[in-house]
Amino acid sequence: MLARLISRFRSVFRGRNAVILVPMLWLFVLSAVPLLIVLNFSFSEMEIASVASIWKWADDALTIKINLGNYLYFGQDPLYFDTYLSSLKFAAITTLWCLALGYPFAYFMARAQAHLRPMLVMLVMLPFWTSFLLRIYAWKTLLVSNGLVNQLLMALGVIHTPLQMMNTPFSLTIGMVYAYLPFMILPLYANLVKLDVRLLEAAADLGASPWKTFWLITVPLSKRGIIAGSMLVFIPAVGEYVIPELLGGPDTLMIGRVLWDEFFSNNDWPMASAVTIVMILLILLPITIFNKYNAESKSEEQA
Amino acid sequence: MAAVKDDVVLEDLLRIDGLIKVFDGSVRAVDNVSLTVAKGEIFALLGSSGCGKSTLLRMLAGFETPTAGRIYLSGKDITDLPPYQRPINMMFQSYALFPHLNVWDNVAFGLRRDGMPKDELAERVESMLKLVQLGKFAKRKPHQLSGGQQQRVALARSLAKRPKLLLLDEPLGALDKKLRESTQLELVNIIEQVGVTCVLVTHDQEEAMTMASRIAVMNEGYFLQIGTPDEIYETPNSRLVADFIGNVNIFEGEVVEDEADHVTVRCPECLHYVGHGITGTPGMAVGVALRPEKIHLSREQPDKPHNWCAGDVADIAYFGAHTTYHLTLVTGMTLKVQQPNLTRHSGQGLTWGDRIYAHWSQDAMVVLTQ
Amino acid sequence: MKHLFGKSWLTMIYVFLYIPIVTLVVYSFNASPLVTVWSAFTLKWYPAVVHDSELVGGLILSLKVALLSGLISIVFGTFTAFALVRYRKFTGRTFLASMANAPLVMPDVIVGLSLLLMLISVQRWTGFPDRGMFTILLGHALVGTAYATVVIMSRLREIDTRLEEAAMDLGCKPFQVFALVTLPLIAPALVSALLLTFTLSFDDVVLSAFLSGPGSTTLPLVIFSRARLGLNPSINAVAAIIIAVVSMVVIASSLYQARAERRRQREVNEAYAQTN
Repeated sequence: MLARLISRFRSVFRGRNAVILVPMLWLFVLSAVPLLIVLNFSFSEMEIASVASIWKWADDALTIKINLGNYLYFGQDPLYFDTYLSSLKFAAITTLWCLALGYPFAYFMARAQAHLRPMLVMLVMLPFWTSFLLRIYAWKTLLVSNGLVNQLLMALGVIHTPLQMMNTPFSLTIGMVYAYLPFMILPLYANLVKLDVRLLEAAADLGASPWKTFWLITVPLSKRGIIAGSMLVFIPAVGEYVIPELLGGPDTLMIGRVLWDEFFSNNDWPMASAVTIVMILLILLPITIFNKYNAESKSEEQA
Repeated sequence: MAAVKDDVVLEDLLRIDGLIKVFDGSVRAVDNVSLTVAKGEIFALLGSSGCGKSTLLRMLAGFETPTAGRIYLSGKDITDLPPYQRPINMMFQSYALFPHLNVWDNVAFGLRRDGMPKDELAERVESMLKLVQLGKFAKRKPHQLSGGQQQRVALARSLAKRPKLLLLDEPLGALDKKLRESTQLELVNIIEQVGVTCVLVTHDQEEAMTMASRIAVMNEGYFLQIGTPDEIYETPNSRLVADFIGNVNIFEGEVVEDEADHVTVRCPECLHYVGHGITGTPGMAVGVALRPEKIHLSREQPDKPHNWCAGDVADIAYFGAHTTYHLTLVTGMTLKVQQPNLTRHSGQGLTWGDRIYAHWSQDAMVVLTQ
Repeated sequence: MKHLFGKSWLTMIYVFLYIPIVTLVVYSFNASPLVTVWSAFTLKWYPAVVHDSELVGGLILSLKVALLSGLISIVFGTFTAFALVRYRKFTGRTFLASMANAPLVMPDVIVGLSLLLMLISVQRWTGFPDRGMFTILLGHALVGTAYATVVIMSRLREIDTRLEEAAMDLGCKPFQVFALVTLPLIAPALVSALLLTFTLSFDDVVLSAFLSGPGSTTLPLVIFSRARLGLNPSINAVAAIIIAVVSMVVIASSLYQARAERRRQREVNEAYAQTN
C-alpha cells in the first residue's frame, strides 16, 4: 500500500512538475538570463573592440572587478539626464492627450446603443491590427512640407508658406498620441461600459446636474480604467524608438534612440547596458506603484 | 438518537472511518466523520453552505485528499485512488456537461475511456438515453437543451458506467421551484430502477426528506444527527437539528419530574407534560421543541393542568393549504401555530389582537437536552 | 445637444484614427513619385512591388517568422497559462509570472538589446547561433509567449473547473483531461492568441533590427529603412495590400463570431421555450 502511495505521488509530481518546468526554463533563458547579462555588461569596461569581463580566474581565485564608470558617466554628461527627462516629458504629454481625447470617446462609446457597441469597438481595434509602422509612416506623408495638411491649409488660405511640422515636437507628439490612443480607449471603455446607469439616475434623482454627476460619480468610479489606460500608454511611450526615429527631430531626445545609437553607432555595449539598467529602474517605479494600488483596491473590495 | 442501523440484511457498500480534512493548515472543513452507507440506499448530506458537506463529497469522488481517515468501498480501501480509478461517478452541481460534445458523446464519454467495444457502447448509450427519455435529443449540444433536460443528460452520463456509488451534488439546485418537485420523484424513480447506491448533498431540507432514505445533518464539519427523514423531523437530538429541519417552537425550562414514561418540564410560559422519558435529572435545564402543526387553537381555556398557554394573535399569514399564526405569549415569546385549512373559509374568524388558547397533546413535543 | 456633442466627438476621433490609413491607400494610386503631390491615377506601383525582390523576400521571411513564432508562442503560452491558473501554489510562481510579464512592460529596445547581448555571449562560447531568421524567431517567440499567456489565461480562468473534474470522474487521466476537455474549450483563445502573436511578429521592427543578420531582412525592416530615408510610393502600395488583407480577415472573423453568437442565443431561447 505504501508503494502504491509513493508511485501515485511520483506520477502526479512528474506531470505537474513538467508543466511548470517547461515554461519556467523557456522564459528563464529568454527573459531573465538576458537581463542578468545586461547587468553584467553594465559593470564592465570597453576595451579595444571587445568587452572586458568583470569575472577573472587568476591564481586559482575568482576576482570580480566591478566598474561603476558607466554609471558615474551619467553624472558627467548631461545628455543622458536630459534625454531621460525629455523621454518622461513626451510620455507624460502623450498620456495626457490620450486621456483628454480618449476619455470622452470611451464614455460616449459606452453610452451608445448596445447593438452598435461591438462595431464601435472593432473600429478602434482595426487600426491596431494593421501595421503600426505603416500608420506612423502615413503621418509622414500627411505632415511633410508638401503633404496633405499643408496643402489643405494653403488651399483654405490659412497659411501661405508651408509650415514646418515634420521632425518637430509637434509631429512626434501627434504620432505618439495616434499610436497609443487605442490603448487608452479600450481599458476605459471596458470600465465605463460596466458602470451601473442606475447610479447616474440616482444622482440625477437627488438633484445633481449632469456635469456634477459626471465629476462626482462617473469619473471616480472609472479610476481603475484611467490608471490602467495611463499605464498602458505611459510605459511603452517612455521607451519608444520607431516613432521618434520616423517623426522626431534633432531636438526631440528620446532614450530609446540614444540607446540604439550607443549600441549600433558607438558600439559601446557597456554604456548601452548601463542606459538599459537605468531605464528598467525608471519603468519599474510606476509599475510597482500600479501593482500596489491594484492590490490595495482589491483588498478593499474584499473587505 | 437514531444511529446506524444494525440490520444484518443490509450489506455495507461505503464505509467512512474518522475522515478529517484540514484546509490551509487550520480550517477544519470535515472533522472526524464516520459513516456507513448500505447498498441500495439513497443517503443525503444535509447542511447549510460551508458545513463541509461538499468537501466530504469531493473526498468520496477523489478530488480532495483527506488529511486523515480512510474511505472503503465494498470493503476495499479507496482513499488513495485517483478519481479516474474509482468505481464512483458524480452528477455535478449545474451538471458540468461538456459544451463541445453533443448529448450522445457526453453520455459515451466515460465508456470510451474504458475502451468499451463499439456495439456494446452504442447499446449502453441508447439504453441510458431511453432511461432518461432523451433518445431523440442525442444529437443536440448541451446549450440546446432546457435545464431539466440538461439535468437528465448529466444523470445518464453519471450512470452510464454503472458505478457502484453515485454522488449527486445539489442535483436540483439549478432548477426553478416548480420543476424541482416533479424532478425529485423522477430522479428517485430512475435511481431506484437502476438500483445504484447514492450519496447526495443538498442544502434543501425538503429535497433531502423526499429523496433520501437516510439523512445526515451536518454542521461545522461534523454530523449532528443521522437518521431516517421522520426520525430527524420527529425526534431531533438537539436544538440545532430541530431548528434546521422545518419550523419549530422551543420553550426553555427545567425538569421538575423525571419518570421512566414521562417528564414534566416547567417553563415560564406553561407546564409541559411530555409522554416520553429522557436521560436527565430533576432541575436540569432543557428545551422543549414543539412543531407548529402539532398545536391546536381554541377560544375556550382548556381544562387541563398542562400543555396549553394563552396568547394574542400578532400575525396571520395565509398560505392557501394552511395558515400560520404568530401568537404573542405572556412572556413575550412568539409561538408559531400552523392550522390546515380543511374547509374553505376555515380561518375560525380569528383576527389581529384576539386572545386565543393554544394546546397540544403529550406526544407532540420532544425534550432537547443539547 | 449632448447627443450631438457625443456623436461629433466619436466622429472626430474615428476620422483621426482612419485619415492616415485612408491617405496611405489613396496615394498608392498616385502616379507621381513624389507621393504626396497628386498627378494622375495609376496602378503601376502594384506590379512594381511584386517585382521588387527585396520586398518579396522580406514578405516571405516575415510570413515564415510570424507563423512559426505564433505557433511556438501558443505552445509555451499554454504551458505558462496552465501552470499559473491551475496550480495555485508552487515554488517560483511569482517568478514565473514576472518573467512572463516582463516582455509586456519592457520597451522593445530593452528586450532586443538584452536578447542580442545574450546571443552574442552564447555565440562566443559555442559558435552558435549566427544572427538570422533563428534569432529573430527566438525574440518574437519570447514576446509572443507573453501575449499568448495573457490571452489563454483569461480563457482558462473562465472555464468551469467542474468540467475538468467531471472528465476525471469519468475516467480520464490528467493528460486525457487536458486533451479531451481543456484543449477543445480553450481552442478559440488559441486561435485569438495565434492571430495576435502573428500580427505582432509581422509588425515588429525593433526586435528584428537587433536580432537580424545579413541576408535576413523582414518586411518591416525593409519598409523602415526606406521610410527613414523619405517617402516612397512602393511603401504605399505595400500598405494598401496589407490593409486590404487585414481588414478582410478582421471583418470576416468578427462577422463570423457575431453570427455564431446569434445562432447560439437563438438555440438557447428555443430550448428554453420548448419546456414552457
